[in-house]
Amino acid sequence: MRDITLGQYFPCDSVLHRLDPRLKIVSLIAFIVLTFCAFNFYSLALVGATVIAVVLLSNVPVKMYLKSLKVIIIIVIITSLLNLFYGQGEPIFQWWIFKVTWAGIYNAIFVCFRIIFLILFSSALTFTTSPNDLTDALERLMKPLTVFHIKVHEIAMMMTIALRFVPTLLEETDKIMAAQKARGADMESGSLVARSKALIPILVPLFVSSFRRAYELAVAMECRCYQGGDGRTRMKQLKLMKRDYICIAICLLVIAGVVLCNIFLPQIR
Amino acid sequence: MSLLNVRDLVYTYSLGSPLEHTAVDSVSFTIKKGEFIGIIGHTGSGKSTLVQMLNGLLKPTSGTIELDGVNIWAKPKEIRRIRFQVGLVFQYPEYQLFEDTVAKDIAFGPTNMGLDSEEIENRVYRSAEFVGLKRELLEKSPFDLSGGEKRRAAIAGVIAMDPDILILDEPCAGLDPVGRDILLSQIYHYHRERGNTVILVSHSMEDVASVCDRVMVMNRARLEMFDTSQNIFSRGEELREIGLRVPQITSIVDNLIEAGVPLSKGVLTVDKAVLDITEYLKKEGRL
Repeated sequence: MRDITLGQYFPCDSVLHRLDPRLKIVSLIAFIVLTFCAFNFYSLALVGATVIAVVLLSNVPVKMYLKSLKVIIIIVIITSLLNLFYGQGEPIFQWWIFKVTWAGIYNAIFVCFRIIFLILFSSALTFTTSPNDLTDALERLMKPLTVFHIKVHEIAMMMTIALRFVPTLLEETDKIMAAQKARGADMESGSLVARSKALIPILVPLFVSSFRRAYELAVAMECRCYQGGDGRTRMKQLKLMKRDYICIAICLLVIAGVVLCNIFLPQIR
Repeated sequence: MSLLNVRDLVYTYSLGSPLEHTAVDSVSFTIKKGEFIGIIGHTGSGKSTLVQMLNGLLKPTSGTIELDGVNIWAKPKEIRRIRFQVGLVFQYPEYQLFEDTVAKDIAFGPTNMGLDSEEIENRVYRSAEFVGLKRELLEKSPFDLSGGEKRRAAIAGVIAMDPDILILDEPCAGLDPVGRDILLSQIYHYHRERGNTVILVSHSMEDVASVCDRVMVMNRARLEMFDTSQNIFSRGEELREIGLRVPQITSIVDNLIEAGVPLSKGVLTVDKAVLDITEYLKKEGRL
């Protein structure tokens, strides 16, 4: 129940942990776009070097990154294989309807690395940014949307609460499961129908207690005069520091590097 | 005849990870049939982990639990049978209610045992009576009951399985004083009438002192003492050292003894104290 690695905060201290979360989100988007704009091996290698640098700078054990890659390894293999057989041009190897071309091989390699880089970049963000910082930053970044009457603060608050209650609900589920097992509930055996029926004694109490918690939380928030986002000040003000500006500079350099590689260095394929 | 025989029980959470933590450490004891046992200890002393091992919800890291002379993990496939024999009522059991009527919820355990419907109905009525639930409540939705009634319904759900050993983890937590006393005396009467073994986990020394024959004291994952309630609560100093206390009435009598009044140590109930003190006063000719 507890092994959910993708999108988990890893608390420790590093330059990346201390960076402004808004900046981290924006640079994540920039790097993802960049990964898909790397058209030749030189620019792909540059993005790869950036990924490795980010992973090392984050101070998070490499094992954690590998764990999050494990989840998507099948997707990587399938997309790479599809790309391998759908290349245009002269076939270098052919068997039945499958033909392998140089273009296909290139495509497969590019797709494979792009997905891996994508996951590594996003994992780096979630490993180094606490859920609270993340929603805080999203709220700030989406602020311009208030012009369109989108309730940015409410959305961010909902996200914060949802994230906050994930571990609580997991714990609650464990408890209810144990209690029903003590009354002889059998969840490990039987047909699919029997097993889904066995979920009722767990889901009903879980829903009931979620509603109760939601109600209690709402009352507790109102007791502390919460009235939504209007006129609310914050304790932690996000402010760009020297290290944030350095980070912006580095990001711009990498972007420029990839663009230059794309334009001036030869396409291998 | 010993009913439950526990030897060198160890339970370690997250074994082999940096969060490794031993909750129960080399605990051994024997319980005879028909005893009323109390377990006291600090929060986090391993009480809840221990009782969850006794009914096979947690598998011990090492050590054995023998029920009627048979190791409960001898046939892991049949562990469900052990759970019917050793009924466990969790803390705040009212949060496990789920059926649309109280009667159906109480019947959940017996139904899982595969009993016929007549027997199930019998058991529902009997166990509802034991916990003092009125008949007309049985057809109501459990979510329409009051907090105390929900608690009773949940306890009835475990009693309905007619376990050889009934374990209650903090059954009185969060109830008002009158509700506590009533529930506790109902549990006591259930024990008396059926002659079943009952294990009561509690934070309240008064509760434990008033009903239990023998008391286990857990401290930092270890079984610190296991003796009759009277002997345990005569060791007030040691209990205080591990952050527990003796029942209020016991400490009042202890103070009187210290002040020179010749009373006997280890008084557990107010009634007994009243008896002792009036006897003393009569002997002195002051009454």
